[in-house]
Amino acid sequence: MRKIFLSKWTKAVVFVACLLPLGSLGWDALHNGLTANPIEYITHTTGDWTLRFLLITLVITPLRKILAPELIRLRRMLGLFAFFYGCLHFLTYIWLDKFFDLAEMWKDIYKRPYITIGFLAFTLLIPLAITSSAGWIRLLGGRRWQILHRAIYISAVAGVIHYYWLVKSAVIRPLTYGAIVGVLLLWRLADRFWPRSGAMQAALKSQP
Amino acid sequence: MLFRRNPQLTHADVTPKHLYVNRRKFLKDTGLAGAALLVGGGLWELAAPPKAHAGTKLNGVLKSPFSTTEKQNTYDDVTHYNNYYEFGVDKTEPARNSHTLKTDPWSVSLEGEVKKPRQITIDEILKLAPLEERIYRHRCVEAWSIVVPWIGYSFSALAKLVEPTPQAKYVAFQSVYDPKQMPEARYAGIEFPYVEGLRLDEAMNPLTLFCVGMYGENLPNQDGAPVRMVIPWKYGFKSAKSLVKIRFQKEQPATTWNRMAANEYGFYANVNPTVDHPRWSQAKERRLGEFFKRNTLMFNGYADQVASLYTGMDLKKFY
Repeated sequence: MRKIFLSKWTKAVVFVACLLPLGSLGWDALHNGLTANPIEYITHTTGDWTLRFLLITLVITPLRKILAPELIRLRRMLGLFAFFYGCLHFLTYIWLDKFFDLAEMWKDIYKRPYITIGFLAFTLLIPLAITSSAGWIRLLGGRRWQILHRAIYISAVAGVIHYYWLVKSAVIRPLTYGAIVGVLLLWRLADRFWPRSGAMQAALKSQP
Repeated sequence: MLFRRNPQLTHADVTPKHLYVNRRKFLKDTGLAGAALLVGGGLWELAAPPKAHAGTKLNGVLKSPFSTTEKQNTYDDVTHYNNYYEFGVDKTEPARNSHTLKTDPWSVSLEGEVKKPRQITIDEILKLAPLEERIYRHRCVEAWSIVVPWIGYSFSALAKLVEPTPQAKYVAFQSVYDPKQMPEARYAGIEFPYVEGLRLDEAMNPLTLFCVGMYGENLPNQDGAPVRMVIPWKYGFKSAKSLVKIRFQKEQPATTWNRMAANEYGFYANVNPTVDHPRWSQAKERRLGEFFKRNTLMFNGYADQVASLYTGMDLKKFY
């Protein structure tokens, strides 16, 4: 298992896998699969994948502590993919829905709470994407960098609320995302206040 | 000679009218669509050939002066982009899931404040009055719209059959609900059976259509087979599908979406570009198949026929 995570191919494979949702959209586009309302379909699909990638990014930390520290190698890439799909989602909205009418966009952001909070979730990801390089970690210092990057918690919660405020009645989907975010954040709290047993810590430390 | 006398052009060389009339739109749409592809968007202009209709042809259908001359949406659009929550909340789910609905035999119970309550079978419904094709604009509360050639007759013809008493002030429409035929319904987050309603004078307006078909055929399941309401000046959710009960009554019926969220879905739900849904604007709509949004019309463009029903009413209050 460890070997798989360490292999130089893992990153490449995960990278390609992360592009599959986009590929699937492209396939749908060429095969009349975008429904009768393509703009809505693209908006919803890219939005869904933004949230999913946020959750996948957030699941890395618990998994690497429980399962394999090597998983950390994938975290930045997954986070950047969350940002990538977030950009597509935002671009669909501002381009295909609003046709770059910035006045309309600001009115939306001001007037419609689900847009306000969605915009917040997206903009919070921008500094995180910019400062995701090793150079920036050095520049900011590990501790400050870490504090900055906790903004992903707010972004994920805001993303779930954005979804919840959008649906007409089928709240089960946004609530599912919400429950997962809740578990992932609670795990972090628990991890902080009730550190794992000494044996486990030692076991973790003894690993290469 | 410079001019060739006989260029041998035949009728077949003439550019078909629909192509030259729409050439600018075609260039614009394909240009934009090409750009959209860059972000994974769609070449939806290159639509696949229309699928064969599955329904039974309805004969002797008359034209109606209420029909719009606007371009109709394709049968494919109207049958693969539906809100029918009993069969799933995604637009594409009803087309996949609604085949489980048994529409034969079918009858509708006509009851309440009427002199002659009765059951009416779908065969009797089809013969009660001459069928008309009504090409109506249909505007969803979610800010998309379609143009559909419905088939049916004015609801008033059905009302005359049962003779509402003077006590009847409202009409409640109830859709079929059978969890066995509708396993997706439990995830919908709304209560079933689906109930909608109209004031009696709204129901008796000639535009209010008791609808049994579309595109020359009987209704497909996902569009509300075998019989539904179509109220073109109101948001789509007012037009209940797959009717099993129609009740004339004194009190305003408690309608499904209104009970779910009264601040978002009023009893009247008239299409009104000046009254926003609390979470989104109603000023514009996306006509399916079009790239740009278009302005939404007051009463969905049917103000001449229906505005008088609401004289003196504050439509911001009675949304």
